[in-house]
Amino acid sequence: MSNKTLNGRRDFLKATTSGVIAGMLPVSLVRLAGATESDPEFTFAYISDSHIQHIKGAEFVRNWDRGLIRAVAEANLLEPKPDFVVFGGDLAQLGTKAELDHGAEILSGLNYKMRVVMGEHDYYLDLGEYWSDLYGEHYYSWDHKGVHFITLNSIITYDDWTFDRWESPERRMNEMAGLDNPNGSPFMVGRKQMKWLKKDLSKVSRDTPVVVFSHSPLQKIYKGWNFWTEEADDVQALLKRFDKVNVIYGHVHQIQYNQIDTIAFTSVMSTAWPWPYPESYAQAESHLPILTVPMNRADPFNERDATGWQFMNMHTGRVDLEFNLYNNNNRTVAFNHEKGHPEDTMFSNPKERTPTQSHF
Amino acid sequence: MKKTVIITMCLLLAGPVFADDFTKEDTERWMAQFEQVAAEGRRLWTSPEIGTNGVACAQCHPNAANTHPETYPKFQKQLGRVIQLWEMINWCIRNPLEGEELAADDPRMIAMQAYVHKERRGVKLNPGKH
Repeated sequence: MSNKTLNGRRDFLKATTSGVIAGMLPVSLVRLAGATESDPEFTFAYISDSHIQHIKGAEFVRNWDRGLIRAVAEANLLEPKPDFVVFGGDLAQLGTKAELDHGAEILSGLNYKMRVVMGEHDYYLDLGEYWSDLYGEHYYSWDHKGVHFITLNSIITYDDWTFDRWESPERRMNEMAGLDNPNGSPFMVGRKQMKWLKKDLSKVSRDTPVVVFSHSPLQKIYKGWNFWTEEADDVQALLKRFDKVNVIYGHVHQIQYNQIDTIAFTSVMSTAWPWPYPESYAQAESHLPILTVPMNRADPFNERDATGWQFMNMHTGRVDLEFNLYNNNNRTVAFNHEKGHPEDTMFSNPKERTPTQSHF
Repeated sequence: MKKTVIITMCLLLAGPVFADDFTKEDTERWMAQFEQVAAEGRRLWTSPEIGTNGVACAQCHPNAANTHPETYPKFQKQLGRVIQLWEMINWCIRNPLEGEELAADDPRMIAMQAYVHKERRGVKLNPGKH
């Protein structure tokens, strides 16, 4: 993938969304030639963390609505067409029927098959009951063109917190919705789902590429904001016996990527708003993966800044991500097979970085 | 010489009468006052009541991170002039929160700034930094 191609496509998207070019065929971003039965190559799109927020009556927070509407419109323009679209969780802000319905209505504009991940903002009002009416099982797996896909619900927590602590479901949802709330509780996969995961993986051969979608990072970055999954080490232990594992996660509203054993981790952006890197909170220690070249520091005067969605190319068992950023230069994090980890294709050399990528 | 020593001793003894005389209990009481205001600031920061659309400051700024109080006053390129932190807070109240801006000396504005500064304690002042 050359920078020229990326710029061409970005220009296309920007021109198209501003209505300058109508009906022009998008410039293809990816190589599709060379795919074989043992090395399938295909694409999918990934939209996440829209946080649709109800005000009252028929009013919703316009800013967050626009981010999701734009992602859907742009994803429908993709050429080649993605095989499916994943929504990475936190469709709603406070898990209400009004918010989930409004978000689902916007997502229904996508011309593709959808796979949906559970986020904590979708879950803690009714423990995912209404979400299930819309999207089905909370965790599941499927096979596609020789790749084994797994969607986890990684945002459950200790039973006493969920069932015994709060006087109402609304209070429970509000307590979990505050990212920095000390009354929150660490995200978990839980014993039942761990057992299911183990069983599910037992049917998969070691050389089958595995892709896992989770809302929270299946690695421990910063517990205070739940950039964290309690059983991350146990999940990694199950996954690393496979030759090629890719974990894609939402929740963090920022670019992160990492490599642990055979597992490549990459986060996705939010369509609603960006979050600070944990290192910018001066009172706590955090562990941003060392490989990460950060996203731009957001310009708050532009409401779509540091938000966006992702286009993914699956080949040689690995996932390359293009971050389609509405008001920043697009970024690409691709798996570097020589180095054996994901890396930013433009900014891995510290000399290439820009002042806006320094966070403090 | 002897006279000088006596005068100096008198000045030292008389000193506390003229200076701001306070005890450890006083400083603890004043700190508690600050903590109370900062706690009210955190309550406002995490509450929808500052705006009109349910959005709270903490939604984008958990633990008031990425507010950089140590860099103010600074040139805010989008406004084209050097501003103080409270002006930036008002910008956020008007825009993402769709609310009415607060006066610089509004107790709610002072409380929110107390909270922001508290979360950034220990970081060196760096006015003007971007």
